Parts: sequence; C-alpha cells; structure tokens
Amino acid sequence: MAVEQKPQYTKADFESENDVRWCPGCGDYAILSAVQAVMPTLGIPKEKFVFVSGIGCSSRFPYYMNCYGFHTIHGRAMTVATGVKSINPDLSVWVITGDGDGLSIGGNHFLHAIRRNQDFKVLLFDNKIYGLTKGQYSPTSELGKKTKSTPMGSIDNPVNPVSLAIAAGATFVARTVDNNVKHMKEMFTRAANHKGTAFIEIYQNCLVFNDAAFENYTEKDVKNENSIYLENGKPLIFGKNSDKAVKLSGFHPEIVNLSNGNSKDLLIHDEKIKDRGLSYMLGQMGVENEGLPVVFGVLRCIEEPTYQERLLEQEKTAKSQKPKTSLEEILNSGDTWVIK
Amino acid sequence: MVTQEVNKKKETLEEATIRFAGDSGDGMQLTGGQFTNATAIVGNDLSTLPDFPAEIRAPAGSLAGVSGFQIHFSSKEIHTPGDILDVLVAMNPAALKANLKDLRPGGMLIVNTNAFTETNLKKAGYDKNPLEDGLGQKYQLFTIEISRLTQLALQDLNLPGKLVDRSKNLFALGLMYWLYTRPMEQTIEWLNKKFASKPDILKANLKVLKAGYHYGETTETFISQYEIKQAKIHPGKYRNITGNEATVFGLIAAAQLSGLTIFLGSYPITPASDILHELSKYKHIGIRTFQAEDEIAAIGAAIGASFAGGLGVTTTSGPGVCLKSEFIGLAIKTELPLIVCDIQRGGPSTGLPTKTEQADLLQVMFGRNSESPVPIVAAATPGDCFETMLEAVRIATTYMTPVFFMSDGYLANGSEPWKIPQVSELKKIKINYRTEKEGFFPYLRDEKTLARPWAIPGTPELEHVIGGLEGEQITGKVSYDPINHDAMVKLRARKIAQIANSIPDIKVVNGEEKGDLLILGWGSTLGAIIAATELLIEKGYKVSNAHIRHLNPFPNNLGNLLKNYKKVLIPEVNLGQLRMLIRAKYLIDAQGLNIVGGQPLKIQSIVEAAEKLL
Repeated sequence: MAVEQKPQYTKADFESENDVRWCPGCGDYAILSAVQAVMPTLGIPKEKFVFVSGIGCSSRFPYYMNCYGFHTIHGRAMTVATGVKSINPDLSVWVITGDGDGLSIGGNHFLHAIRRNQDFKVLLFDNKIYGLTKGQYSPTSELGKKTKSTPMGSIDNPVNPVSLAIAAGATFVARTVDNNVKHMKEMFTRAANHKGTAFIEIYQNCLVFNDAAFENYTEKDVKNENSIYLENGKPLIFGKNSDKAVKLSGFHPEIVNLSNGNSKDLLIHDEKIKDRGLSYMLGQMGVENEGLPVVFGVLRCIEEPTYQERLLEQEKTAKSQKPKTSLEEILNSGDTWVIK
Repeated sequence: MVTQEVNKKKETLEEATIRFAGDSGDGMQLTGGQFTNATAIVGNDLSTLPDFPAEIRAPAGSLAGVSGFQIHFSSKEIHTPGDILDVLVAMNPAALKANLKDLRPGGMLIVNTNAFTETNLKKAGYDKNPLEDGLGQKYQLFTIEISRLTQLALQDLNLPGKLVDRSKNLFALGLMYWLYTRPMEQTIEWLNKKFASKPDILKANLKVLKAGYHYGETTETFISQYEIKQAKIHPGKYRNITGNEATVFGLIAAAQLSGLTIFLGSYPITPASDILHELSKYKHIGIRTFQAEDEIAAIGAAIGASFAGGLGVTTTSGPGVCLKSEFIGLAIKTELPLIVCDIQRGGPSTGLPTKTEQADLLQVMFGRNSESPVPIVAAATPGDCFETMLEAVRIATTYMTPVFFMSDGYLANGSEPWKIPQVSELKKIKINYRTEKEGFFPYLRDEKTLARPWAIPGTPELEHVIGGLEGEQITGKVSYDPINHDAMVKLRARKIAQIANSIPDIKVVNGEEKGDLLILGWGSTLGAIIAATELLIEKGYKVSNAHIRHLNPFPNNLGNLLKNYKKVLIPEVNLGQLRMLIRAKYLIDAQGLNIVGGQPLKIQSIVEAAEKLL
C-alpha cells in the first residue's frame, strides 16, 4: 500500500502564467505574493483551492493564482462561494473582494454569508476608494473625502468593515496591512485553519487614486505609535519603545504610559470570548473611535458549527429518519388510482 | 331516529364545472382540493383552477378577500377548468357578487344564507339582498343555512363558536360529495391524519362533513343526484398533480437519471415558493435546498453549485427574473449548466402575484445585456411540467448552458390527473465530467454539441479560472481582441441555435397538416386551444392546432409547418410576444388573440377569434 504523502508544493506552483495587470506599485502585489507563499504550507492538495471574486481591481486576483477560480459579478462572490462550498464542502474556498464590491453592492451578501458562518475565507482589500472605475469614493472613504464624484467632499459616514463583520456574528475577524508581509502570512494561515467564515480586512494602498491612505500604519517613523499588533492573552503594548498599553475606563479604552511604572489593570486580549463586546471595541479603535491606535491581528476567533456542518448533519438526520426512497416510490406516493 | 327515505333520481351527466367560493378564511382551497382528490379517485378526467387573492387575510366579507376553487370533471377527455360554471357554491355575498357572472343561466347556485347579513351585503356592495331579488328566476337557487346547520350538527360538542364556524366548508363539501356521488373515504382518512392529535376538532369535522352529505340525501331540497362516469383515459396508474409538484418530480427524476446533486437556490416568491417547500422535503435523497437572502444570492449560489459539479437550479417568478438577469449572463458566458424556473404571474412590477400570465416570454428571451442567448422550454399542462423539466436538464447538461423552464400561476396551482411514468422508460441523462489532463482547455468544445468541458474543482491538474470577462476561444483566457469577440458572440449564438437539431419536430395536435387556419400556442393555453380546435373542426372548419414546447431555439420544422396554412392565429395571455418572435423569424402575418386578465384564456374566446379569420 502506498503511503499517503502530503503534497509538496512551492510558491511557484500557485503562480499562474497570466501577466499581472495591476498598476505598478499597487498593494495587491504584496497580498498576492503572501497568499501564494502561504498556500504550499497548508497541506491541502492544490486542486482543492477555489478562489472566487466579484468585480474590482482586487477581484482580478483569481486570474493570477494557478488554482480553480471564478471571477463572478459585482458584489456577488460570496453567493457563488456559498454554492461551491455547499456542493463540495471538502474544498478550501477563498473569496477575494474589496471595499466597494464587498460592502457597497455586495453588502447584503456580506452580512448573510457571515451570519450563516459559511465555511470560506474572505479577504477584503480595503483601499477606501473605487480604483477600477477610476477614483470615486467608497463605503470606507472618510467623511469629507474629495473624489471625482464628491468634488465638495463626501457627506456619507463610512463603514468600518470589522465592525460590520463582528456585528453580523463573524467567528473569525482579523485586520492586516499590505506592507507587513510577515503579518499577512500569519493572518492567512490562521484564516486557512479556521472553520467557518474567516474575515480579514487588508489595508491596501492604491497608489493611483488614494495614495498614502494608510501611511500612519506603514511609515517607519509613525507606525509604531499608531498601530497595535494583537497577541492573544497579552496586553496591547505599542509605541516606538513599546512603552504604551491600553486599559479600560468603564467601557472606554484608554492609553496607559508604561514608563510611569503604571502596568496594573492592563487590558489583556482574548480572541476566544463569545461576547462580541471586546472585539467590537478593539475594531473601533482608531477608526470609529479616533485618537487611539488601530489594532491589527486576530480580533476574534471562536468555534461555532459552520453552515456546511449543519447542512451535512441535517442531511444525515434526514437519511436516518427516512428510508432511502427510489424515484419509483416518490412518483407513486400519495393518492393514486389505476385505470384499466 | 327515523330517517326519512326520499326517493331521489340519479342522473348521469357527461361533465360538470363547479366552483367553491368564499372568504379567504373559509377554506375554499382546501375544500376544492379534497373534492379534486375524490373526483380523481372516481376516475373522471379533471382540470382545476384555484383562484385566490394575494392578501393572506383580506378583510372578512370583502370582495378583495374572495377565494375560489374551480374544477371541471368529465367522463370524457377534457383540457381546461371550464369556461362557465354549472354550479356555484357561494359562502357569502361577496363570493356571490364576484363569481355570479361565470354561472350559466339555469345553473345551480348554492348559497349559505346565514352569511347574507346586512353587514356582509353592505361589504359586498349590495343595496338589497340579491337572494330576494329574482335570482331564483335565472338560476336554480338553493338557499341553505349552512352556518346554522353546522352549528346544529355540533351543538352537543361544546366547541368555541369560532371553531364551529370554521368547519362550515366541510358541510358544503359533504353536500357536493352527495350531489355528485363522490366517495368520502379519502377525506375522512385525511381528516383522521391531520387531526390525530386533536380529537375534538376531528370529531367535529367528521360530523359536519357527514351532516352536509346527509342533508343532500334526506332533505327535499335536491331532487336529483348526479353521476359522472369514469372517463376513458389511457390505462395506467394515475395521481392528481399540480404544475409545481410535477416540476419538483421532474427535478428529482433528473437528479436520479443524471446522478447529479440538485442544488436549489431560491427566494420565496408567489407562485413559485411551493417548489422550494416541496423540494426541501427531499434531503434524505441528497437534494440540497438553500433559501437565500435575495433573488440574486439564490441564483449566485446555484451557479456556484454548478461550477462545483452539482446541478444548480433557481426558482422564481418574473420580478425575480429581473434581479437574476446579470447572473444569467454570467452563466451564459461561463457556459455552466443551470435551470432557471420562471413561474409567471401578472405584471408589470408586483402586478398580480396570485394570477396567471404569459408575459415574460420576451423577458427571458432578451432580458439581458448584449447578445446572450438562452434556451427556453415551456410546460403546457400541470403534468407536462415533469417532462419539460427533464428536457430542460437534458439541454443544460448536454450543451453546458443555462436553460429557462417556463410555467405560470395557472399551471403551478392547477391540477390534472397524471399518468405516473414508468421509471425504466425514462431516458438517462449522461454526464461527463472532464478528468483527463491531456489536451484540456476550458473552452475547447465538443465538435457535435459545441459544449465546453465540465471540469470541476477538486479534479487534479485541470485548475482553471472562468469569469465574466470575454475570453479567448479554446483557452478561455481574458481577451479584448475584436476578432475574437466577434467570433465568440457568433459562437455562443450558434451553440444555442444548433440545439434545434436535437429537439423533436413540432407536430399538429388536432386537425390536418394543411388547412385554412393553424392555431399556434405555447405554455398553459394548450387546453383551451385543443378544446377550441375540436369545436371548430366539428363545425366543419379546416383548422388545426400545434403547440411549441421549445421556444428557443424553435423546432427546425416550424417554419415549414406555418406555411401549410392560409392563416395563423396565436392566442396568448400577453400582448403578442410569441407572435412577435414568429413574425420576425418566419416573416408571416400571424394574428393574435390577446387577453391579459390574470385568468386563463377561455375556449369560447379562441373559437370566436378563429371564426373571425375563417
């Protein structure tokens, strides 16, 4: 008998022969490269990966992966992924979407896929702008944002993707940024190993239409002051000299200066809490709750039955309750009569 | 108790059309359904037309709240629920007002006089009681205190008044069972099952049903009882079936004949929802159903299922087709098998949710951006939904294409006796997933069918990407090349057009292969067209009729058939949509009969329209 071997792949096995057509310097390149680097490490046969996308710059992603892929229509990738995974729960399904695709036209499906705990990964490339249609504001653009369609500035309140995902009951929520390759890989690996909807918001720089949108978290001299990298079971330490942390004052997060020897009652991160309060608060920091650093890492990771597990469970129950019925029996069920 | 023996005549009739009408809360659909089952068991041919309001409970006693169930049954073969009524059972004044126009002069009018109160008369818009206003001269009027007799039957059971009143429909049912000599056993059995855990209600219902039957038998109100002998229909085993049930059976059969897993993505919409309800009961045979968050998600999931190797199905009505159209375009471009069921209803917009119409034909034919051809098949009778669905699945999987399956509210809820097919005689549907690596390209086509290979995720070494962007021939790689696009547009059109080579020739249903007039139809008008054609032939006209199941592409011989007649009449419950397609394709001056009232066409309307052309 042959010994079953885990497939051995390299990053190159996941690179397609198609020319990548994103703008030079686009953050998408780094994300693509990180995904391609993580794939061989997961121990999953290559033919079992399926990348499903909607429409937008990010949604060209499947063309650049040497995997099964489906470039669908605007906003609807999660619906297609639902069908793929429901027919073959054995596949590793990855949805690639953006802030416009996933949260504007696809907002409805975003909520419903997440609340059902569909067993797929969702990578949302958030560049806070419409790139493919050349520079209109998006649902994550900040209030007052001046774009081609908002010459006097946007009057829409933006949405915070992780808040929305947590509110919908996401069982895995993380945030990362395109210039931190190591962190991205770590997040992708965590997502791959999660059962249920794994949602990752990726801050992605659009060089052409919204450059430097995330410079507070990417530029060397400021990023440490503005970013917290979450570690489970640990305090939320940040700052150039790792001299700051967060504590709670009532329901509000507050910055604590550790150099004052003040390290009591620090907030300790716990991604496993079922109650959504902590993760929701963390997700708001620096985004909806200004004046605080933004958190990166896994905000929430809990275990819940997935849609596909429930689907198969119900099918199993139905099969045990009802005998296998032939087509003949089904067609002949109910009141029948014979004409001679 | 001494039962008074009344000598009653028993008259044999060839056929009858009766309608139960009452408030939406009066249980008229249930009453009609039970009467239909009893009639089926007697062996009559039958056809039914349920007609109910869109509101779940419109104000009691109002015209808007009237619900009706019509059944035409016969000892001969019949094709429609009947143009005019022989019997109308009216449970209240509103039901009388809304339905009386359909009762033939001299027909039987059975009314529940207890419901003819001043308030109810007012709600129905009657200034004075019509029962006292000469109705008896035009019709055989039977005024029966149905509510009071129901109360009397139940007086010793001590049930709440509301419950007592709610069972009065069974009195009417029992009475009609007696009047038309139907057996009650199956209704008794059904009640036993339904109320097994509520013995009080069961007892009450059985009592009222029998009270109605005995009322007919013992009172002198009715002097005759009627009998309609078994129809001479083809030998075989039968069941009664609605269009939606036959659609479900078609899908189940297709799953078994192809070995595919059916995945239904659906969003509730009248009159298609019953397909979702029914199909969701078949989890034990591996059928997967998904109630999506909206119409778009429903078809998206179905397309995802097809990509992954299942048979994606989505069920909806016209408004849902609007929402799904972008996704149908994606299924066309990616060439995936998919069944889109359009159970048509009155429109535009929300229109008439519970009423029938055939006005989505041009929508399903053309309602997408760009050149986006989709095969279309349409069922002609409730039972025909079964075979039409099998044909839809055959086309979808053989040619790797989305297919429209068309039905309508009349077929969906209407029923007829259905000869249960022999499973061994159903044709297998052959599925070939591509597994061979050598020579694989996502868009390299089968020479005969022009279908691309179905290579499903999980298959080693066939990894590929499909999508909505235009692709190169053979490789499917994104291509903006003008020559390639022109070729692909024409290739997609040719692929659908050549499906005609696999579909049977259209045949004349009634009449000669040549003549003065061909009545051409599609969908649920078949019954009325056949009946009208038979009448016209009897009158000596050279009239024939033919019916189209395949609306895209048309059968290859259709053009020649049309040329064999001096004139062509196309009756449709729309403003001439098939007529437009026929005129455009065959350049003939087809005439239309177009009545769009939310109701099936009447035989008489077709006869009159034909006679005008002859």
